[in-house]
Amino acid sequence: MDPIHQFQITNLFPIGKIGNAEIAFTNSAAFMLVAVVGLTLFLVVGTAGGKEVPTRLQSAAELTYEFVANMLRSTAGHEGMRFFPFVFTIFMFVLTLNMLGLIPYGFTVTSHVIITATLALMVFFTVLGYGLIRHGFHFFNLFVPKGVPIYILPMIVAIEILSFISRPISHSVRLFANMLAGHIALKVFAGFIILLGGALGAIGWVGGVLPFAMIVALTALELLVAFLQAYVFAILTCIYLNDAIHPGH
Amino acid sequence: MPDDARGKGNRKDPPNDEAVLSARLQRLGERLATANRPSENDSGPRPSADASAFARGFRLSTELVGGVIAGAVIGWLLDRWLGTTPWGLIVFVLLGFAAGVLNVMRAAGVARERRLND
Repeated sequence: MDPIHQFQITNLFPIGKIGNAEIAFTNSAAFMLVAVVGLTLFLVVGTAGGKEVPTRLQSAAELTYEFVANMLRSTAGHEGMRFFPFVFTIFMFVLTLNMLGLIPYGFTVTSHVIITATLALMVFFTVLGYGLIRHGFHFFNLFVPKGVPIYILPMIVAIEILSFISRPISHSVRLFANMLAGHIALKVFAGFIILLGGALGAIGWVGGVLPFAMIVALTALELLVAFLQAYVFAILTCIYLNDAIHPGH
Repeated sequence: MPDDARGKGNRKDPPNDEAVLSARLQRLGERLATANRPSENDSGPRPSADASAFARGFRLSTELVGGVIAGAVIGWLLDRWLGTTPWGLIVFVLLGFAAGVLNVMRAAGVARERRLND
């Protein structure tokens, strides 16, 4: 009945200790492992044949490649393709975790901000690191727009830097909040059925059809959101990488 | 014209000729490749693509909130280190709000994207 219960982390078995903190294999880690193993199998088995006329599995694997490659090319240009493995991994990982979360009794790894923040920070530091390596300190000119009067320049630079720093926050919060809110809404509506049945008896169970219909609709919406958020996460990664790659026009 | 050459070749040779077939397959592959590949010239960045109105709306709202949160956290940390309570927080929340608005305008395509060298 507790709509938050589904997000509880449980230790499956302990692995070891770092300092005083116990490191355990949790249900979250288990789902991540399932996602990684499943994805690897999907792509390895899918591309193993390499037939001219693809099988269904190969076709699906090729579709995912084309999809991500087109997304990356259209946002970061041809040079962005060197980040293809990175973007592809992020997109498929997030998408699989989102989808796994929709399976009943499943656990939504991406509904924990620590996971999405780690991914977003990874992107953030990749952009920062690559930009600095490629353009040196010239990269910081990103924060100094040309043609701004000198007396408001300090404020503009501060705003630009804050805007840059706020990227991983909005990047991670978007994915995490969407998954969290959607799954809570599902559980709350499911709870209504039980409450109605318990309070009103037979009439309540009949009335429970209404929240049940709502759950069906919400599940379909969640399926859309699961894909959309993975897509948005990946395309923002591309947009941020574009900043690091392209020095200007 | 390669098409004319292929036409004549087909009339002369029987259609099950392996060499002709593989040559045609190769030509088809090349044409498919050039048709599918985006032209090499437009390797530059383009404005951010959008998935749908829903994703767009959510993106805009988090951009604003992200800016304010970043400003608040930095202001609070500066206050703690420098002992300037509450001025750091006040100034940086305001700057963060401005950064958030800038983020929103960039995400919506109203403001110019930042670029080096321009």
